[in-house]
Amino acid sequence: MVIFKKTVFYTILFAAALTFLYPFIWMILATFKPEIEITEITLLPSVFTLRSYELVFNKIPIIRSFLNSLFVSVTATASVLFFSSMVGYSLSRLQFRGRELIFGVILLTMMIPAQITLIPMYILMVKLDLTNTYRALIFPASISAFGILLFRQYFKAFPQEIIDAARIDGAGEFTILYRIIWPNSIPTLITVGIITFMGIWNDVLWPLIVIRKENLMTMPQMVTLFSVGGRAEAQLGAILAAATLLAVPVMLIYLFFQKYFIRSMATSGLKN
Amino acid sequence: MNRKLSLMGYLMSAPYIIYFIIFSAFPIFFSFFLIFHRWNIVGPMKWVGLANFNMMFSDPLFWTSIYNTIIFLLIHIPLQVVVALVLAEVLNQKIKARAFFRAAFFMPVVVSGVVVTILWKQLYSTDTGLLNNLLMAIGFGKVEWLTSTAMAMPSIALMATWKNVGLYMILFLAGLQSVPAYMYEAADIDGATTLQKFRYITIPAINPVIIMVLILSTIGGFSLFIEPYVMTGGGPLNSTLSTVLYIYRQGFSFYKMGYAATLGFMLAAIIFVVVLIQRKLIEQDD
Repeated sequence: MVIFKKTVFYTILFAAALTFLYPFIWMILATFKPEIEITEITLLPSVFTLRSYELVFNKIPIIRSFLNSLFVSVTATASVLFFSSMVGYSLSRLQFRGRELIFGVILLTMMIPAQITLIPMYILMVKLDLTNTYRALIFPASISAFGILLFRQYFKAFPQEIIDAARIDGAGEFTILYRIIWPNSIPTLITVGIITFMGIWNDVLWPLIVIRKENLMTMPQMVTLFSVGGRAEAQLGAILAAATLLAVPVMLIYLFFQKYFIRSMATSGLKN
Repeated sequence: MNRKLSLMGYLMSAPYIIYFIIFSAFPIFFSFFLIFHRWNIVGPMKWVGLANFNMMFSDPLFWTSIYNTIIFLLIHIPLQVVVALVLAEVLNQKIKARAFFRAAFFMPVVVSGVVVTILWKQLYSTDTGLLNNLLMAIGFGKVEWLTSTAMAMPSIALMATWKNVGLYMILFLAGLQSVPAYMYEAADIDGATTLQKFRYITIPAINPVIIMVLILSTIGGFSLFIEPYVMTGGGPLNSTLSTVLYIYRQGFSFYKMGYAATLGFMLAAIIFVVVLIQRKLIEQDD
């Protein structure tokens, strides 16, 4: 009886897991099928073909868009780690007038829905002549209020004696932050890093607004436009192949660093 | 010494102050200015008073988009909370291969929304989609997932749940694990049923998480853009037109900056009020 119950339980659980995995497996395998077989329910192709991928590589600069995305996401993430930890340090370990005001302002800005700034931000980019530049993607993402709060919280617990000792040895505040506190804050750096990177990597709306030149487009943007525009020539295989190229790198990284991903993104729930 | 340190304080918080002025304060003040103007970004700006607001209140498409979003939320949020809670409950038991199941449920969370949307657009396809093939195979008729006005938005809400439920499951799981075991043991001694334990121990303990999930999915729902953009283009008959998609069109297809800013302003106000009401309602519940 117990064994029977267990079997039923695990069967249902496995079916649930399959609901989340099967569509991805189907998509990846479908990209190797001839166009005519894609809509069939069978998983494996009768003949293995790379035609869908050929079509993608011939029609759109997908590699270039991957490199664009990588450059923008890495640069912005580095900037967020560098600056947010700096501000977080000042708000937690340095005494100065107006400190609580800055903290209050950060909390306030997090409560304001982003939709209100969409149009003014676009106009700002136009007036600063930043549209169709990487800077339009990087600058607005260069510091993160959420990151500041997380660093501030974490740095609060850092032992004061170590900071005092370093100051007596003549270390400046930047040295203390980046040479002494950073090496002891790896989990927080990873958390802020993953959340920031994923947020920028996956964003589509902002790139659609500020980037119109094809050679500067980000990968999700490129794949989006490919799937809704005419260039895929209604070839489902090519659209799925483009989507697969976008999905697989992130999936692989996720499979290797699963624990960090889940822990980090769970922290992002604390945002509000 | 202290003077030097407080000077460092200003220096080290300066990056945020500069960022705040350029990317938060300026856009917000500028939007207050824009909503009273008509402007196509290249020509001169024209003061129009409250004309943008008058236009908005009599713009059926804007209110359709708000209505669509509410439909989305009404389906998405309860489904999300229930499924996430059930999955979290299961993963909180002593089960084999827990890491595998957790990783599987979480997979769609890390994959780009564009990928998920492209994939589900095909799964939902009326004539060639996997879902309908499956339904036909077990003897049901075809469902017009994305091609009927009644089903299109619920279909998008279902997909969004599939994509996000892993994240909320993890949040619930963290909440469940924070409930001390002795509370359940005490309840067992008092002879409480599983349902009673769930109602009187689990639910109160994870109440903060429920509020968080509610607020996060509300904000997420009001930001709906890429799903209708890729899947349906807002159709059929505007039944999946989301507010952000509508603002995008007004701003970046028609270049009506003043009007688009007004809609963005209104949407932000609506989100603010809805989230506030949710907080009040739930806090009163305690």
